[in-house]
Amino acid sequence: MIDDFVINSLEEKALEMRRLLVELCFKTGVLHIGGDLSSSDIVTALYFYQLNIDPQDIKKDSRDRFIISKGHGGATQYLAMGMRGIISLEELFSTYRKLDSRFGMHPCSNVLDELEVSTGSLGHGLPLAVGFALAAKMDQKKHRVYVLCGDGETNEGSIWEAAMAASHYQLGNLVCIVDKNNLSLDGFTKDVMNMEPYADKWRAFNWNVLETDGNDMRKLCETLDAIPPYDSDRPTLIIAHTVKGKGISFMENNPSWHAGTIPTEEMYNQCLAELALSYPSRKVE
Amino acid sequence: MTTKRPEAAPCKIYGEKLAELGAVYENIVMLDADLMRSNGTIVFQQKFPARSFNMGIAEQNMMAVSAGLALNGKMPYVSTFTSFGSMRAFEQIRTDIAYHNLKVRIVTTHCGMTGNSGATHAGVEDLALMRTIPNMTVVAPGDPNQIRKALDASVHLNGPMYMRIGAKTEPLVYDSQDYTFELGKGIVLREGKDAAIIACGAMVAHALDAADLLAAEGKNVAVVDMHTIKPLDKELILSMAEKTGFIVTAEDHIRIGGLGSAVAEVLADNGANIRLLRLGIPDVFVTNGSVQQLYHKFGLDAEGLARSIAGCL
Repeated sequence: MIDDFVINSLEEKALEMRRLLVELCFKTGVLHIGGDLSSSDIVTALYFYQLNIDPQDIKKDSRDRFIISKGHGGATQYLAMGMRGIISLEELFSTYRKLDSRFGMHPCSNVLDELEVSTGSLGHGLPLAVGFALAAKMDQKKHRVYVLCGDGETNEGSIWEAAMAASHYQLGNLVCIVDKNNLSLDGFTKDVMNMEPYADKWRAFNWNVLETDGNDMRKLCETLDAIPPYDSDRPTLIIAHTVKGKGISFMENNPSWHAGTIPTEEMYNQCLAELALSYPSRKVE
Repeated sequence: MTTKRPEAAPCKIYGEKLAELGAVYENIVMLDADLMRSNGTIVFQQKFPARSFNMGIAEQNMMAVSAGLALNGKMPYVSTFTSFGSMRAFEQIRTDIAYHNLKVRIVTTHCGMTGNSGATHAGVEDLALMRTIPNMTVVAPGDPNQIRKALDASVHLNGPMYMRIGAKTEPLVYDSQDYTFELGKGIVLREGKDAAIIACGAMVAHALDAADLLAAEGKNVAVVDMHTIKPLDKELILSMAEKTGFIVTAEDHIRIGGLGSAVAEVLADNGANIRLLRLGIPDVFVTNGSVQQLYHKFGLDAEGLARSIAGCL
């Protein structure tokens, strides 16, 4: 049973991430904010609870690797890295998406060395991660490789090629988390390209499938604790059921907020007020 | 037409040489998409099973996985047929491999019309596609034995490489292996003043045979083995242009975007006011037929090349 103190602390961090997302969007422009808000708890849990990383030695060989396959959600990763002191939040805010910036809409490892790899085009991150996991297994390394995918992203055939290969090569060190917010850009995934029964598909590809509430920090962390050891014989897929736009009522489950701007101070304050309402026991500055 | 040249099997040479390199360089891994027995990579798999990964008939994943392996200290040699290797997984090659400037060596086989299985298996646009990719080195060895030299060169190349080789057996060009092979430097096989044929891959042998035919008619043409399409040996092209005033290109590839187009770009960029004849597959899909029949149909056998060139001289 995870200590309340740990969960509360993670929830604080996730709220901080949501506050920073709203601020980044207000100050710099377009953000894929709907999906950033749905995955804030997941990315927070990864960077503050699950990943074996050392901010002082970010490329140490024994680190867990994390690849954000839904690369348009890169802002959550930048913010988590900033909150952990891996990168400078000040640099992020002052250079985000500017000319030759280290912080683009989609994460680019060529300019941001702290990243494992560049992503952005959907369906690439999981296959890349299979390569990472395969190398680790070959070399008898003990770290895990974590991937975050969008559910819409898993329309891509390359995802299923990777799923097949991960199972075939028994990559127990590979963990894929799907931010299942049931929306993609054009609307609800059931209307755009239905993928139900979703969990069944991953089970059919012989993955170890876990399901959880991706916006409930305790349930999320308990599920992370349930991942089998790195040397087990099947990769793990965590279906994290989430709400797109989580925390801001007018964004929640709203297809229009796949990506957006917060053009006025009035809307910015409204967003902050919404977050305070959604997470009442936390302070919001 | 029967060639008098001895022949060798490109895929056999590839497979054996890769296994030799694998014994020396432990970070070399091999990936294939269920075509190990066709590509020759089965030899590596038999010697180094723990470093061999059959990825099944799933080329996009194969290319992305090779990028992941390269980011983790491995040097992957990745193979499938040219058509699938260049088209099916083009985005992965560009965005996963080349964008990160990774040391992945994509070696595709059955290039050009040598797939001999109709349009679906014709790998005839790969040079055009691959040379659009930044950081990519693009190679088409001039004869099967040269594959060994190209693979040697690949080991220490800092960045991705794409190489296309043929199938079955192909004519040999070099009598002796005692010559210098340098990526990006074309090899002048024959001097001449009436024209210069810049050829790559299987067309090098055909170009030499065409030069013989033309010599019998009193025409004196040079032949260049332009094994590296990117980076292209611009200096050599311009020097040949200046010497002859008439450049011919020959490739088992479409005329749009390949070696001929690359040469045209160099000539145009440098204001070379000379005649250019680009020989290759026209803007149509390849049909059924044997490789010899197809080369003949598209004027890419020695007689076809000679006829096209003579018509301009």
